[in-house]
Amino acid sequence: MSELTLLLIRLAFLAVLWFFVIAAVGVIRTDLFGSRTAPAGPRKGAKPAKPAAKPKNKKGEPRQLVVTGGPLQGTTINLTETPITIGRANDATLVVSDDYASSRHARLFPQDGQWIVEDLGSTNGTYLDRSKVTRPTPVPLGVPIRVGKTVIELRK
Amino acid sequence: MSDVAPEPVPMPAKRRGAQLIMLALAVLVVMGAYANVGLAMDDAIPSGMLTYGLSLGGLMLAAYLVLAKFAPWADPLILPLVTLINGLGLVMIFRLSESDSNLPSATLASPNSQLMWTLVGIVLFSLTLIFLRDHRALQRLTYTAGALGLILLVSPLIPFLGQELNGARIWIGIPGLGQLQPAEFAKLALVIFFAGYLVAKRDVLALAGRRLLFIDLPRARDLGPVLITWGVSLGVLVMQKDLGSSLLLFGTFIALLYIATQRVSWVIIGILLFAGGAILAGLVFDHVQQRFEVFLNPSDPALFDRVGGSAQLMQGLFAMGSGGILGTGLGQGHPELIPLAFSDFIFAAMGEELGLTGLMALLMLYALVVQRGLRTSLAARDPFSKLLAGGLSFILAWQVFIIVGGVTNLIPLTGLVTPFMSQGGSALLANWILIALLVRMSDAARKPPPQAIQNEGMTQVFQR
Repeated sequence: MSELTLLLIRLAFLAVLWFFVIAAVGVIRTDLFGSRTAPAGPRKGAKPAKPAAKPKNKKGEPRQLVVTGGPLQGTTINLTETPITIGRANDATLVVSDDYASSRHARLFPQDGQWIVEDLGSTNGTYLDRSKVTRPTPVPLGVPIRVGKTVIELRK
Repeated sequence: MSDVAPEPVPMPAKRRGAQLIMLALAVLVVMGAYANVGLAMDDAIPSGMLTYGLSLGGLMLAAYLVLAKFAPWADPLILPLVTLINGLGLVMIFRLSESDSNLPSATLASPNSQLMWTLVGIVLFSLTLIFLRDHRALQRLTYTAGALGLILLVSPLIPFLGQELNGARIWIGIPGLGQLQPAEFAKLALVIFFAGYLVAKRDVLALAGRRLLFIDLPRARDLGPVLITWGVSLGVLVMQKDLGSSLLLFGTFIALLYIATQRVSWVIIGILLFAGGAILAGLVFDHVQQRFEVFLNPSDPALFDRVGGSAQLMQGLFAMGSGGILGTGLGQGHPELIPLAFSDFIFAAMGEELGLTGLMALLMLYALVVQRGLRTSLAARDPFSKLLAGGLSFILAWQVFIIVGGVTNLIPLTGLVTPFMSQGGSALLANWILIALLVRMSDAARKPPPQAIQNEGMTQVFQR
């Protein structure tokens, strides 16, 4: 066996070894870089359920919660008087299947015409804009709330 | 809400196809390595290549079928990655046995028995998957596992049963069958015990205590379990002269304590305790002291020539040095010059023939297995499997770190096997069971959750 052939075989084997590693990383790509799904339109389940009493349409009061980032992107929830819970648990209002969210991660509830966000002792925290939510905090319109990979905001 | 039927939840992909392709690729890479060894050493494809390749391929296909039947949601990468690591270990042992020299590294390397142990390992892997349908059954065995682990750990000390080999008393002889390293299985039992114990106790360990400067100090009485584990691991170190298992055991307990409580203070306490114990042991016991001397001055000629001195370590470093970036090529180096190249120093042998590039690929393979394990821990739904998956992945990573760190002289050398690569049945069997447990838990974690009842008044349920 000539030196050159052996050199080529050696390089080819190393290349194949790395090819395997890269292929393995490719299999778990979605894990590392997130899924590449197209943003979904508003989902069917989101629209119905006319709020029992039409919101009083006070100025500046949010009426919708919109998911602007993460796998549930595009989902909207109409805001009523009921609090909204976010988490991985099946009984949460917004069920996120996200390893970085806790089963009961955060809660949004109305108080004196304002919506308040409260972190329910989640592992990775809830962020309002860039600051971590440590106590119940009022949520202004259009400010992103981040729960794991999911970003939501309140809209009129 | 009631008039809209809930959309069926899209199933997360099982990715069985990807797994099969990766598995086939792993077997092909291993066969390529066999061919490479044969071509380089005898100018011909080794006659046994098809037998080896087909038996490895057949074994893996069987493991794959069991997995597809009994753990269909399991992670697609764990099995192929482990297959490749195991296969490369087989190739290196084969290559060492082929080298025409009379050095013990060449004569003691026995690829056939390693292949046989791989077979038994895969049988155990399959049996674990078939009979352990729900890993939470292990939680009920917390204290049984703890007792079993301790018994296995001390069993080599029992007269007549225990045997001393290469300066470490870590073997038991089984009449008619040969020897077994019970510590390998003790590790598994002890991780199960730690996980079950910490699930029950983590709140008190995490919450009680005072804050001092930047760390939360635990209460004195909560130190009990840490001190007991510390004592046991030091006992292993002293009585059995087994530095590696001692470090492995204590490190795993501290890591699990940290995972369970998220308190840095436990890590600091653990490191201080172990460092203190190790320094004390170094002062009192000869064999620990020798290891430290070798670690600090491996190239000292006096140490090199001493029996049990730094010769082995230096031969390993020479081997990796002559391998360089791209290696000498499989079958073209002289890894048989390293003492114990087929077991403790297989990483150095790999380094000589595959070079830094190959070693990095190998470490990536280990890192990916560990990443899949930690990912399983992250996605798991119950605290016990979070801790168990975290602990099992950590013990694998920690083991690779201790032995690779030892071989490259980053830390004092301790005799530990390189998981799945080193020649040795006990470790291979224990590690295949470990992988079966990880696969079982990843199956449970990735399985779609049972659906909630959807008509709950105003509650709107979304899931994707």
